Amino acid sequence: MNWIDIGPIDSIPLYGARVIKTPVGCVALFRTGQDEVFAADDRCPHKGGPLSEGIVHGQSVTCPLHNWVFDLNIGEAQGADEGRISTYPVRVEAGRLLIDGNAIGKRSAA
Amino acid sequence: MTQKLVIIGAGMASGRVIEHLLDADPNAYDITLFNAEPRGNYNRIMLSPVLSGEKTYEEIVTHSDDWYAQNGVTCRFGEHVVNIDREMKVVEGENGHVPYDKLIIATGSAPFIIPVPGHDLPNVISYRDLDDTNAMIEAAGKGSKAVVIGGGLLGLEAAAGLKERGMNVTVLHLMGHLMERQLDEAAGYLLRKDLEARGITVKTQAATKAILGEGRAEAVLLESGETLGADLVVMAVGIRPETRLATDAHLDVARGIEVNAQMQTSDPDIYAVGECVEFDGHLFGLVAPLYDQAKVLADSLLGQPSAFVVKELATKLKVTGCDLFSAGDFAGGETREDIVFRDPSRGIYKRLVIEEDRLIGAVMYGDTADGSWFFGLIKDGTDIEEMRETLIFGPAFQGGASADPLSAVAALPPEAEICGCNGVCKGQITSAIEGGATDLGAIRAKTKASASCGTCTGLVEQLLSVTLGDEYAAPQAQPICGCTSHTHEDVRRLIKSQELKSQAAVWQELGWTTPNGCHSCRPAVNYYLLADWPLEYQDDPQSRFVNERKHANIQKDGTFSVVPRMWGGITTPEELRAIADAADRYNVPTVKVTGGQRIDLLGVRGEDLPAIWSDLNGAGLVSGHAYSKGLRTVKTCVGTDHCRFGTQDSTGLGIKLEKHLWGSWTPHKLKLAVSGCPRNCAEATCKDIGVICVDSGYEIHVGGAAGMEIKGTEVLCKVETEEDAIKVISAMTQIYRENAKYLDRIYKWLAKVGLDWVKTQIVDDLENRKALAERFALSQSVYRKDPWAEHAQNQTVRAQYAPLANLTLEAAE
Ligand SMILES: Cc1cc2nc3c(=O)[nH]c(=O)nc-3n(C[C@H](O)[C@H](O)[C@H](O)COP(=O)(O)OP(=O)(O)OC[C@H]3O[C@@H](n4cnc5c(N)ncnc54)[C@H](O)[C@@H]3O)c2cc1C
Ligand code: HEM
Ligand code: SF4
Ligand code: FES
Repeated sequence: MNWIDIGPIDSIPLYGARVIKTPVGCVALFRTGQDEVFAADDRCPHKGGPLSEGIVHGQSVTCPLHNWVFDLNIGEAQGADEGRISTYPVRVEAGRLLIDGNAIGKRSAA
Repeated sequence: MTQKLVIIGAGMASGRVIEHLLDADPNAYDITLFNAEPRGNYNRIMLSPVLSGEKTYEEIVTHSDDWYAQNGVTCRFGEHVVNIDREMKVVEGENGHVPYDKLIIATGSAPFIIPVPGHDLPNVISYRDLDDTNAMIEAAGKGSKAVVIGGGLLGLEAAAGLKERGMNVTVLHLMGHLMERQLDEAAGYLLRKDLEARGITVKTQAATKAILGEGRAEAVLLESGETLGADLVVMAVGIRPETRLATDAHLDVARGIEVNAQMQTSDPDIYAVGECVEFDGHLFGLVAPLYDQAKVLADSLLGQPSAFVVKELATKLKVTGCDLFSAGDFAGGETREDIVFRDPSRGIYKRLVIEEDRLIGAVMYGDTADGSWFFGLIKDGTDIEEMRETLIFGPAFQGGASADPLSAVAALPPEAEICGCNGVCKGQITSAIEGGATDLGAIRAKTKASASCGTCTGLVEQLLSVTLGDEYAAPQAQPICGCTSHTHEDVRRLIKSQELKSQAAVWQELGWTTPNGCHSCRPAVNYYLLADWPLEYQDDPQSRFVNERKHANIQKDGTFSVVPRMWGGITTPEELRAIADAADRYNVPTVKVTGGQRIDLLGVRGEDLPAIWSDLNGAGLVSGHAYSKGLRTVKTCVGTDHCRFGTQDSTGLGIKLEKHLWGSWTPHKLKLAVSGCPRNCAEATCKDIGVICVDSGYEIHVGGAAGMEIKGTEVLCKVETEEDAIKVISAMTQIYRENAKYLDRIYKWLAKVGLDWVKTQIVDDLENRKALAERFALSQSVYRKDPWAEHAQNQTVRAQYAPLANLTLEAAE
């Protein structure tokens, strides 16, 4: 793994999301009510809705365009809808957000 | 020959090591014990009872001076160790050197201090040892206001202790809820409620910017700009392993001093134990694992095989009356299942997390009697498949009753108001039921409850089932969503009657089955709370649909549209120029005149929103709320100013109405129009609220629609003056805001409550009309403001419109 420091966790609002631009496209970082952080594609597989603008609840996000709900652990659409978004390893250490650079197509900074 | 053992730090971990050594072989080592504190080992975790006055220091001493003397331990208390010379195998204390054969580092941890300005003022205290505790007790005797920074275990124990000592205490916590590492949001809410009930003020999401004062702390300044007066500031934001000696001695140190399973550091003659160590990536902050480490370390020193393993931990808070328990891992997950139990009437919350038929985490509040049983199941990895259904009821209960969805209503006191229209309280309804009124009709006849607007029907039915039990079969009403069995109407009434003022309160007191709602209920509950408690509740942008969070309409390609307000459809050349300039500067692809008598800039990029708003603000233009469930537009015709048919100044009244109503949130969108005569060029008779001017005054119309459904308005009343027209419309807006279900337009809501009922409330009852208009004005004192200016000027909010980071740029190699 190649952890890249993105910034402090409070730069994402509680129950909110922020976008980072990466070589694999826009990735949304979500912060849940329990202060867990998840990273997944910002683009909804249905019609491209920006998931970072959706409502975050439990460990899921609802797409703002047509209410598809995605489980952020696995990226799978819930219920009757079929589709998935890629998820990426993130972690929080000492209040900082770290994302795995390898997973988002960054070469190791060595 | 007896070996020389030197121990640095006389704390809880090393105390145990010494006991084990002496027990096993009193002559194995000649022990020298250093301690920076001028005293031996005491039970550090009992400092909180000392702070609150429940215990004295003497009562928490674990090893007295006599004890050390009897056991031949050489004590060097009050002396810092300043260096370890590994070459010479000598420990250097402030007062002299001591050689060792074996060395134990047990220096514990140091409180983490946030380096804000003023952190070094004398009355800013951390919470770690007896001296800190005494300093707090002394400060409590002198001053009246304490601010505790940090809402974790230590901070809350400090807060409760200082409160016991008679101080006014405020707890500041950076995160969204208290003790977020041990508790989930629901348990955090209950804890907060208990602390507030004992008079402690709690502020969450509160970041400290500075501690203010000359020579001593006098106030704490928050990032939000708020200042809190303080005679004492306690900083309890976390701890950091005390590793300085080990680092200087070039031992392997990560976050803590690295040890193997025998508690040996990278130097085989040096061991470490307690909070200063790191083992296999783990740090330690509670005593249970330290006691295990102490046993292993003693065994290792005596040459016995032994290995330390990390076990699950359970947490309790030592604040009397706050009964909480947390163990294991309670984050949700793909393969994990939650079992939630809430008993609002007794303030109880329990949540179990299950993975592959094993219990892996538990959070409980209010009733923690089964905590150790659950903790046992977690530690042992017991297969719980057989008892899954009844697991949450604990070991005593394996029968299978289910949580009672009616308990919220059952919990209401008899004087709680159920029917707002007729002022009927719960007690009257239950006595009517007991007196033989066993269905809705009979109750309406007897008490008038639910006989007017009808929104409390669901509650009356629940009261029937609570009181009559199985004898009453309630008709099934539609709950808001899968998170709750309550309908919108029930939730609205319960928010009012139980005075629920936060979302966490609603979820807990009304028995939500999910941890924090979903995209259906969160926007509704957020709206109900802000409509009912405009001053107490703070609007939560994260519970809003994107348009209302970003104050712009999202388009199908992810861009946004920007629609500035044109009051009553009137504009000026300056405004038009500013709009044209903005369209040029931000490459707006489409400029359209809307159906609401104003101009829409379509296709603006999300990142440009704050900048385009700033520019428009510069020309005096504000948000048109074209995106909101709130006041949209007030269309007008030209009226008496220009039209030969005009009877009144329809444009003027429209502008006044728009300036009065803008910024308000309503259950669904609210569109108005004012026409200057019955020819009705402003099309007022298909609006939510319309005004038709006539020679003798103003006809006020309500309940029109021109969307998927088309519906003409009905006349609410006629008034003679503009002033009365504005009052009636304020009252109409407010009664709709207070009573309608989220996402019902006025016409839909009227179909349920009836125009006649609304007439009795705001046409016939002048007192009520006035009261409604006043409540509307109160709410507007908070919400009548331009969100664009707020977002564009607040740097933190503004930053959120841009990406957090751009990782597409390769660093130069
Ligand atoms: C107020 C409070 C309440 C707590 N409540 C609980 C609870 O309810 N449950 C729970 O499990 N845990 C609780 N804890 C945590 C628990 O007290 C610690 O985990 C435990 O005390 C750590 O033991 P230790 O021996 O590693 O360190 P300590 O007990 O901190 O001992 C370290 C000692 O080393 C000394 N020292 C440091 N550097 C040097 C040096 N260079 N030279 C000489 N001496 C030095 C220090 O002065 C200190 O006396 C609480 C802690 C506090 C402060
Ligand atoms: C003698 C009769 C009428 C006269 C003198 C008249 C006059 C006007 C005037 C002056 C306007 C411009 C108002 C403004 O800028 O706000 C207007 C607009 C309008 N009138 Fe009339 N009107 C008459 C009858 C009607 C009738 C019968 C209807 C509908 C059934 C109607 C529908 C409209 C509409 C929809 C507009 C707005 C048009 C737009 O915004 O593009 N009018 N009328
Ligand atoms: S509604 Fe009446 S007053 Fe207004 S523009 Fe039309 S004709 Fe003139
Ligand atoms: S684009 Fe996400 S649900 Fe349609």
